[in-house]
Amino acid sequence: MPTENLCARVEELSGENVFACYQCGMCSAGCPLTEEMDRLPSQVIRDLQLDDPELLESNAMWVCASCLACEVRCPKGVDLAKLMEALRQIVLRRALDNVSLDDMKREDIRSLPQIALVASLRKKTG
Amino acid sequence: MNGIPYFPGCSLKDSARGFESSALFVMETLGLPLVELERWNCCGTVYSLTEDDLMHHLASVRNLIRTREAGGDELVALCSMCYNTLARVAARVDADAEAREKINAFMDEEPDYEGGVQIVHLLHVLRDRIGPDAIAEATTRPLDGLSVATYYGCTLVRPKSVSVDDSENPTAMGDVLDATGATIVDFPFATECCGTYQVVDRPDLSLERSYRVLHSAARAGAHVVATACPLCQHNLEQARDRFAESDGIGALTVAYFTELLAAALGADPPPEGLGPMLEIHVTAEGGA
Repeated sequence: MPTENLCARVEELSGENVFACYQCGMCSAGCPLTEEMDRLPSQVIRDLQLDDPELLESNAMWVCASCLACEVRCPKGVDLAKLMEALRQIVLRRALDNVSLDDMKREDIRSLPQIALVASLRKKTG
Repeated sequence: MNGIPYFPGCSLKDSARGFESSALFVMETLGLPLVELERWNCCGTVYSLTEDDLMHHLASVRNLIRTREAGGDELVALCSMCYNTLARVAARVDADAEAREKINAFMDEEPDYEGGVQIVHLLHVLRDRIGPDAIAEATTRPLDGLSVATYYGCTLVRPKSVSVDDSENPTAMGDVLDATGATIVDFPFATECCGTYQVVDRPDLSLERSYRVLHSAARAGAHVVATACPLCQHNLEQARDRFAESDGIGALTVAYFTELLAAALGADPPPEGLGPMLEIHVTAEGGA
């Protein structure tokens, strides 16, 4: 996946200043999902600052559930959930979906509240 | 208009019917009935977090237009996810004239939306307009003896700009339920994520998060975990059944906060699933 100027593209999509982050780690400390991620939330920002070409291969943005625990606690006012969404969008806008209902059993789909399905498809398909 | 316009959203018409029926009963009983918004549509469920993605705000804006058409300037939401999405979209189009113009231009068939509709959560109405005193006065089946862990989750309290209360230490749900005689227990996972929509393709992940919430509530001595979101409710119920054998979790009831209120305000029979639990914890300890 070509990742030229990834940081600039993420800043444009998110409206956030990636370089406001001074790596205090508060986001990673409060994130309820870090143990499912191959990079910590604070590492995602660091890797953005460094324009790491591998970042789009990380699972962190797909595990992030936009719970905003990081957003309300960041001492620098960086909205990390917006950065994660921008990363997802860069992939999804290349028509690379991350979830498919075809992989799911019909009875599982029926048992879920509508907001679960709509939210999942909004977050993980283009 | 007689009553307050409210937005049910998709889940309240299907998996979360008990949330809607109990809320309607509560507000009718308290003399401020909810009136369903005409021709409402799905809010979009999640707020788009990229600057250029205006298209996904359309669904919410249409509901704001319907509110104006009904002659109102506020809309009450019950589901936390609807509340969050509608409130964030309303704030975005109020503050960003350029975005509003683009959205209006795209929706040829709709009257232009000029902004100004306020999105209100039912908790605001109950706590700030009706107030705990009036709720206490209307209580005919006091919930004395019942310990409640009030679970807020994410979208009711984050981001701060739309939070119904303090983001880290909210008390709105407790303030309202305390008036019924219930005991509100302090538990550290009140605003931790339940795993949300990850349940669709990563149920392992949502079960683990919901387990932590329930474990924390059980340790705090709760009989009931009160929710305000059909997805939290679903995930917590799944985890309760899956981990029923663990640390008292199986004994927990998960219920919408409006269902507990309806029980206290005399709904007869009490909302589905609450009867036996009230029998054990309330009547036995001399409440009702």
